[in-house]
Amino acid sequence: MIPSQDMAKHSQAELRQQAIEIQDLAAPSSHLPSALRFWRGWSRRVVIPYLFLLPFLLLFSFFLLVPLLYAFWTSFFVERLIGGITFVGWQNYQEVLHDGNFWEGVRNVLLLLFTQVPLMLGLSLLLALLLDSQIVRLKTIFRLGYFLPYAIPSVIGALLWGYLYSAHIGPFAQLAELLHWPPPPFLSAAGLLPSIANILTWQWTGYNMVILYAALQAIPPELYDAARVDGASGWEIARRIKIPLIAPALVLTVVFSIIGTLQLFNEPQIMTAIVPNLIQDHYTPNLYAYNLAFTNEQYNYAAAVSFVLGAVVFVFSYVFMLVTYRRGQR
Amino acid sequence: MARIGSLPAGGSVTATRQTPARAVGRRSGWTLRGLVLLFLVLVLIYFVIPLFWLVVSATKTNDELFSTFGLWFAPDFHLLQNLHDVFTYDDGIFVTWLTNSAYYAVVSALGASLIATLAGYAFAKLPFPGRELVFAIILGTIMVPNTALAIPTYLLLSKVGLVNTPLAIILPSLVTPFGVYLMRVYAEQALPDDLLDAARVDGASEWRIFWRIALRLLAPGFVTVLLLTFVGTWNNFFLPLVVTNNPAYYPLTVGLANWNQLSQAFSGSRILYTLVITGSLISVFPLIIGFLFLQRYWQGGLTFGSLRS
Repeated sequence: MIPSQDMAKHSQAELRQQAIEIQDLAAPSSHLPSALRFWRGWSRRVVIPYLFLLPFLLLFSFFLLVPLLYAFWTSFFVERLIGGITFVGWQNYQEVLHDGNFWEGVRNVLLLLFTQVPLMLGLSLLLALLLDSQIVRLKTIFRLGYFLPYAIPSVIGALLWGYLYSAHIGPFAQLAELLHWPPPPFLSAAGLLPSIANILTWQWTGYNMVILYAALQAIPPELYDAARVDGASGWEIARRIKIPLIAPALVLTVVFSIIGTLQLFNEPQIMTAIVPNLIQDHYTPNLYAYNLAFTNEQYNYAAAVSFVLGAVVFVFSYVFMLVTYRRGQR
Repeated sequence: MARIGSLPAGGSVTATRQTPARAVGRRSGWTLRGLVLLFLVLVLIYFVIPLFWLVVSATKTNDELFSTFGLWFAPDFHLLQNLHDVFTYDDGIFVTWLTNSAYYAVVSALGASLIATLAGYAFAKLPFPGRELVFAIILGTIMVPNTALAIPTYLLLSKVGLVNTPLAIILPSLVTPFGVYLMRVYAEQALPDDLLDAARVDGASEWRIFWRIALRLLAPGFVTVLLLTFVGTWNNFFLPLVVTNNPAYYPLTVGLANWNQLSQAFSGSRILYTLVITGSLISVFPLIIGFLFLQRYWQGGLTFGSLRS
């Protein structure tokens, strides 16, 4: 209907608009009264898209927005044995801000964030670069092997490492005994955080590596050719071409790691059963909120704790994205 | 491997550029390659050894766990007895957990990926007022801590009497903001506008276009979201821990954590150690098999999620 030389001049949006108009012309609706025609256009632009979204938006509202708003609402109340439920405004939040238990948990997850996450992502990046370079054969075996722990539920991963750390049935303690060494203090007060850091590294390095590796594979190889002709080494190509090009994927892995680490729950919860006297009920903020709600039945205060934690997560993710965005602008 | 000759570590492009330093570089290239391989193998051992320990330990009796070295098999092979114990302990509650996990994961994965595909398609291909605002709200919720959600979800579900039902686990699992994001990105890449417009000119309804044309082209993305949700639900611990307290509705993760707590409480004097270990092995198995056979899809998903800057 449209001459082909005209096609090139039109943008996609214009084309689509034309297609819609043509359809209007072709459809018998063009003979209908204008009110009906208006309804048809409105239905196409508004009703139909929202019908496609309806199942998601309904469930999203019921299981995300409503619970969130409900929790926010309850966080402004206090339930007392005498006097029942009373509105207290921001009092719960003020208490959280002065709650030593909460900040102790925050300190633990921040320690992990600033030690375990850089180590893990550094290892992920190194593995991804090595597998992407042409130094290595049998890449598939390495890639699958590294990714394997991601397929394992984090609960099972924590259980597994709990046994491996054990001073009785753990192979490390058995080896140490063979050499007449004391058993390694994996589950002591000092060793606990590194032990948890190791579980997290074991579980998530492969996942982050796959994200970075996929981004590396998407770089067109021609980009390296010029650098190679100029005699650039593999290391220089990685530093000056590859890493800058996969920066968006790196940012993604950091943001996911920030969110995941600050919300840590499964590993310490499983470890509580193994070393009950070492992991307090407030070892991480998430564990604290859970125990406040389901052991102490302080739902209102637990909701406030969750929201302050949410704010901490938001601040860290947002600040990180802002900093990298600024850098990228320069 | 044909390109090895052009490797930067392997030498230069033309003979005239072959300086003495480069010749040395070639020899040290081999040691470098050996060191890299050694490093990669060591890392591989680190990732695989806990699983090896799991397989070995599932073949041992409770006593042998303590008396024999953890990283090698005991003289007698006890796996079948352990499997029998796992499946019959406490009237076969483990079978219930296994079917629960499978049921929750299959239904959630199918439902979530269909819902996410519908939504992602609308975001990508049907411009409508409020599109970017709604999308931003959905994306923003990825950062919400799961306790902030689980506790009120539990309270609301208990108000409508859904706590301790399969729906308490399945319904929240149907909401995958990340899945919607993936499907939007995928649909933008995989669906040519011309094709959809041609179908519109032919008078096909939007509904028909989606089912007859779009869904077929979106199939790889659909499978990716399906896999991610399946793994997410199968591995989920926090939500089922909060919304169920009846063992008949536990999935594997909560059930095994429960057994672990009991076995620790008796400091290993009961047969529960072998139960937890063998049960863990069984629960890990389906996912590993699935991952090995469907790697094309999960890899695809992780890729197009990170490509959009």
